[in-house]
Amino acid sequence: MTAGTAPLPSVPPPSVPLLSVRDVTMTFPGRRGGRSAPVRAVDGVSFDLAAGKTLGLVGESGCGKSTTGRMIVRLLEPTTGSITYDGRDISRLGRRELKPLRKDLQMVFQDPHSSLNPRQTVARIIADPLLVQGMAAAGARKRAAELMEMTGLIPEHIDRYPHEFSGGQAQRIGIARALATGPRLIVADEPVSALDVSVQAQIVNLMERLQRELGLAYLFIAHDLSVVKRVCNRVAVMYLGRIVEVGDKERVYAAPAHPYTQALLSAVPLPDPVAERARERITLLGDPPSPAAPPSGCTFHPRCPKAQEICRTEAPLLRVAAPGEAREVACHFAAADNP
Amino acid sequence: MAAQAVPTDPAAPAGPAASEEQPLLSVTDLTVTFPTRHGDVRAVDSLSFAVRRGQTLGIVGESGSGKSVTSLAVMGLHTGARVTGSIALVGRELNGLPERELNRLRGRRMAMIFQDPLSSLHPYYTVGEQIAEHHRVHFGSRRAAARKRAVEMLAEVGIPEPARRAGEYPHQFSGGMRQRVMIAMALACEPDLLIADEPTTALDVTVQAQILELIARLQEQRGLAVVMITHDLGVVARVAREVLVMYGGRAAEQAPVDTLFADPGHPYTRGLLDSLPRLDDSDDAPLRAIPGSPPSLLDPAPGCAFSPRCPRAAAATPAERAHCAGVRPELRPSQGHLVSCHLSLHTAARVQGGTR
Repeated sequence: MTAGTAPLPSVPPPSVPLLSVRDVTMTFPGRRGGRSAPVRAVDGVSFDLAAGKTLGLVGESGCGKSTTGRMIVRLLEPTTGSITYDGRDISRLGRRELKPLRKDLQMVFQDPHSSLNPRQTVARIIADPLLVQGMAAAGARKRAAELMEMTGLIPEHIDRYPHEFSGGQAQRIGIARALATGPRLIVADEPVSALDVSVQAQIVNLMERLQRELGLAYLFIAHDLSVVKRVCNRVAVMYLGRIVEVGDKERVYAAPAHPYTQALLSAVPLPDPVAERARERITLLGDPPSPAAPPSGCTFHPRCPKAQEICRTEAPLLRVAAPGEAREVACHFAAADNP
Repeated sequence: MAAQAVPTDPAAPAGPAASEEQPLLSVTDLTVTFPTRHGDVRAVDSLSFAVRRGQTLGIVGESGSGKSVTSLAVMGLHTGARVTGSIALVGRELNGLPERELNRLRGRRMAMIFQDPLSSLHPYYTVGEQIAEHHRVHFGSRRAAARKRAVEMLAEVGIPEPARRAGEYPHQFSGGMRQRVMIAMALACEPDLLIADEPTTALDVTVQAQILELIARLQEQRGLAVVMITHDLGVVARVAREVLVMYGGRAAEQAPVDTLFADPGHPYTRGLLDSLPRLDDSDDAPLRAIPGSPPSLLDPAPGCAFSPRCPRAAAATPAERAHCAGVRPELRPSQGHLVSCHLSLHTAARVQGGTR
């Protein structure tokens, strides 16, 4: 930030989101010989993410949240749909055209140790993206030390190897590496779920501080609804490749409109035995179905306590739940019983 | 000498009235040491606890806290470790029992389920065969009878079409269904004690709720004593009656669940609860993280394992700090809890007033 003259950081006009995802699908081909069917991991997902904000993407295993994240940083090319970053559709760009964009779009992974090369020093790990982008070695090393400082590591440890760090510290290295090129958007895929409980809060606080200082936008992918509530401004709930509910965090958490969101929130155990006993829980039947053979109509209907005939045949569209509300729900009966 | 102040004294006399009150499992002064190239690692250090029939003890801790080592020690599953102390199941000492005797008890009197059911089930045998095997081994029942029992158990744990599913292999089941199979297997021979080591950690949250409900139902029907080992304070709050918080291989705090959550006595417990993001909390203030990382057991500090991360120690006088760093605190009663902290009683109010 420049000192003195400009008290407010420049904010891009809110009408143009930093990232705009439209009708994105990802179909993984089945095995040859028809032994396994193609899997549509992501099925028509759309959302926007504003600069400096956090969108939480939640859902259970196999719901397509990680695939969505990987398409946005273009580790995967979507089968159909568009991904507009900073006004430009990046969904079809080739390797070479993507290279300059990699500066802006970075990723933080779940397991810090398996996402760091064990045979490289921290200096090398953090500086590598800078070298790829054409920075000189000495400058990159200096920048790596700065990034270590910024992420709460001790810069003197720059020549150590990943195994010499604890899980929390290793995740700081992963974050420092992601920050190296000065990105504007970070896709964080379960960044704290492999860490010890007492360390998770450190990383959450670090990510929040970095967001404030650097104006980062996060796509925060997690299955832990408490962590997502903590860090995000908006939240999108995915089920079997689709967004079933998306909106401002306050609304979604205070009054979930989709029966799946309701069940998900009521299943989270609260660290409070008195509240736990007083709670009424919605227990879903069965397991999430396989995305290789999704149920007809609304894919949630076999587990839904509110399912009616129409749910079996007709897939509900994502639409505004109540007039004037910044929240969309894909359920035939969402508005009916929610004030 | 250590930690004798457990509320449920296992040395109760075996009179008829006393046996009513006798805990099903009582562990006293359990210490588990692994010899390694770098010296001995004391993974569990003078731990004592007890569980009664129909009740759930939650053991909470992070990686390396010794919670899983404890459960394996109770089951007698450590090889190459030195296990000292007493592990008494219905008054019978298990520590030092020959393998043959233990084999007779495992599965029959005590059973265990693990975090990852797929790696605990044999991929080459149908789940029905695997459950039936327990019954054959322990009761010498015939194949047909054992198989019938397996199908009954699958039905009891809520697996639809149990007769057909008994003929399927583990990979044909979903994660939640596999954990149900594990539970069916664990309970097939009607054990009195179920040790569940992170049984829902690998499961989705909606499936976790199903499994916790299933365990609670079976516990109520059978009067099972359950030891629930987890890192998730929410799970503990949901299922446990008594909680043991472990840190660095030792008991940090032990208390009834309500007391523990309402007013944690150990600064580590307090720190854990404060650092959790919660669904029922506002998100405005930064999370109060505990600095640092859980300790390594290879080179333990001579004093309190938590002292390098402890806010109370940080705010204490230099003399108190030195005491924390140099002398192991014992588990002592403190307002309805057992707490192992030098600073829990006399300085807590002052320090909290200064930092909060």
